[in-house]
Amino acid sequence: MRRNLWIILGIILIFTVLAGLVDWPTGPNLAIGKYFKELKIHEGLDLQGGAHLVFELNTSGLESKDVSTATGSVVNVIDRRVNALGVAEPVIQGAKVGGKQAVIVELPGVTDVNEAINLIGKTAQLKFMEENTEATTQEDMWKDTGLTGAHLRRADVQFDKNTGEPQVALQFDSEGTKLFADITRNNLQKPVAIELDGEIISAPTVQNAIENGQAVITGKFTIDEAKKLGIELNAGALPVPIKLVEQRTIGPTLGSESVQKSLMAGLIGLLLVALFMIIYYRVPGLLAILALIIYTLVVLALFKIIPVTLTLAGIAGFILSVGMAVDANILIFERTKEELATGKTIGLSIDEGFKRAWPSIRDSNFSSLITCLILYYGTTGLVRGFAVTLAIGILVSMFTAIIVTRTFLRVAIGTFLEKRLVIQ
Amino acid sequence: MNIIGRRKIWYLISLVLIVPGILAIIFWGLPTGLDFKGGTLLDISYSNRVAKEKIDEAINNSGIKNASGQPSGDDFIIRTQVLDAGTQNNLTTALAKVGEGYKQNRLETVGPTVSSDLKRKAIIAVILASMAIIIYISIAFRKVPKPASSWRFGVCAVLALIHDLAFVVGVFAILGHFLGYEIDSLFITALLTIMGFSVHDTIVVFDRIRENLRKSPSLDFETNVNNSILQTLNRSLNTSFTVLLVLLALFLLGGTTLKHFMLALLVGIAIGTYSSIFNASPLLVSWQGWSARRLSRANEKSVS
Repeated sequence: MRRNLWIILGIILIFTVLAGLVDWPTGPNLAIGKYFKELKIHEGLDLQGGAHLVFELNTSGLESKDVSTATGSVVNVIDRRVNALGVAEPVIQGAKVGGKQAVIVELPGVTDVNEAINLIGKTAQLKFMEENTEATTQEDMWKDTGLTGAHLRRADVQFDKNTGEPQVALQFDSEGTKLFADITRNNLQKPVAIELDGEIISAPTVQNAIENGQAVITGKFTIDEAKKLGIELNAGALPVPIKLVEQRTIGPTLGSESVQKSLMAGLIGLLLVALFMIIYYRVPGLLAILALIIYTLVVLALFKIIPVTLTLAGIAGFILSVGMAVDANILIFERTKEELATGKTIGLSIDEGFKRAWPSIRDSNFSSLITCLILYYGTTGLVRGFAVTLAIGILVSMFTAIIVTRTFLRVAIGTFLEKRLVIQ
Repeated sequence: MNIIGRRKIWYLISLVLIVPGILAIIFWGLPTGLDFKGGTLLDISYSNRVAKEKIDEAINNSGIKNASGQPSGDDFIIRTQVLDAGTQNNLTTALAKVGEGYKQNRLETVGPTVSSDLKRKAIIAVILASMAIIIYISIAFRKVPKPASSWRFGVCAVLALIHDLAFVVGVFAILGHFLGYEIDSLFITALLTIMGFSVHDTIVVFDRIRENLRKSPSLDFETNVNNSILQTLNRSLNTSFTVLLVLLALFLLGGTTLKHFMLALLVGIAIGTYSSIFNASPLLVSWQGWSARRLSRANEKSVS
């Protein structure tokens, strides 16, 4: 019996050390065979600063079965464009906003967001047009050739050898090469227009047939514009137009100042709780605080491993779960106290106290978990982060309150601490 | 101590607590923030002192009407309708010229579809969670001995919860009117936290009632409930006290972005503790009383 207890205590200690290692700021990363994962706290935009953008998709022209494919490819295109911007750890995901398809883009660390918005929002529909011989009005001067941005292999920025002006060089894929050769052959000494998002950006006259699938877009580009066009063309065109419907930018100073102060305040609050528990419940209170420290280490380690993105709301969920973890201990101690009052031995009282307190702990925590589940599936953003951290906290707190505190108390019985376990 | 016997006093106190807030909501409306109203919010600061008039001038010159800069600490906060990219650009360029060391701390734009969607989702989440709590408690308490019935426990827990939420929202409606507090997504998170805590608290008392009903079936319902409240009183107060300690530390010493959030939690946890002791269980007894009286009246009728 006693031996089993020491084994459990050993396992708890190993867990604590492992969790502590994961928590260490410059701690190790996870590497099992080929599996590798960097372990670190992911801070949400409200903590580290950055931009949160929501784009709504205009899917009115699509059949309902194509909508999810379109959303997927919008996500991919935006992902490629954002990567080209060099943003670290962007989050790009499809979502539903008000019954409409939307894409959420989170750019940590980006505070000058206009550039990003412009780049992401461009449809980047590239079309090659030829002269419409049956044109009657100015509007239908050009007609489609069937050659579009979809036929590109890649686009690069280069500079005109004579004028030094920036231009965008295109390399078509095999089908595009064939098409382009046909177009140039049919339009010798005639202009071919290059249209981007409904606007003709240049209309050079074809000098000779081009068979190698290479073309150059010139225009009055600045270097930046040429670079951006290159990114957009390489990333591909958006299959549907998108519109910015939500934008939040948080400066990094606001976030970090808030975090520093709040972490400090949270720590002071927890110290006060520890003080109260020790003054009120003495040795058992001290053991509960030890269990609570293990609880905190394990939860933080889980945040790193899963990983959970920490936001202000997430921290609130964590604080609430600490409250619930303390509550489990208080429930148990109050119950133990009652059992002691009926004249039972300390060991028996502790066991009874745990047994009697369990239904309360179980029912209250389960109803909180159900709430978390509904919040997780029913909402997005802030509230979701809250639900995740609270749920993790509740699950871990049931483990630490029941197993860790109990083991500590049982180990203490039969040592010099036994007499001090009596709760007044 | 007879808590149940004085239940009418507790109901009265609850009414006194809730009614001003409800009146504030009716007459002044809910102070909804950007998240639920839509619009653009800009939080800026300068390294030197800048007069509010200069900010307002810059706003006006950018072609934005009905907006002004509100000083908030060292920052200025500007709230407007949703601005398009062009106007937004004009505004920030104009503002940057007004003072030295212009810094844009926060820029938020929430379109109308997003804000109505957030509102809808928040309301649905709260309603669903309440229903789930009733169902869970009904199942968890299904073996509760007569004369209690399990679903009444669920309904009373949710009534206490609505009481708590109404109080907190009311307090913020009043604060919104006088101090410009706003209801945003973070506030909804606070409400959900309060919900969780309130139900948590109530269930602990209910669990004790269930146990006592089983242990001492000879005592009447009222006495059993009263005993249960007294037996869990220590725990209720100690738990709330520890949570309030943490919240108070965060409210007084934490970052400014958390202030309103922490205040909502403080108020909510305090009222949640009150309602789980003085509302949820007394309501069970009142309900029990009503249905017993109705039953006896029905019996009298059938006899005569």
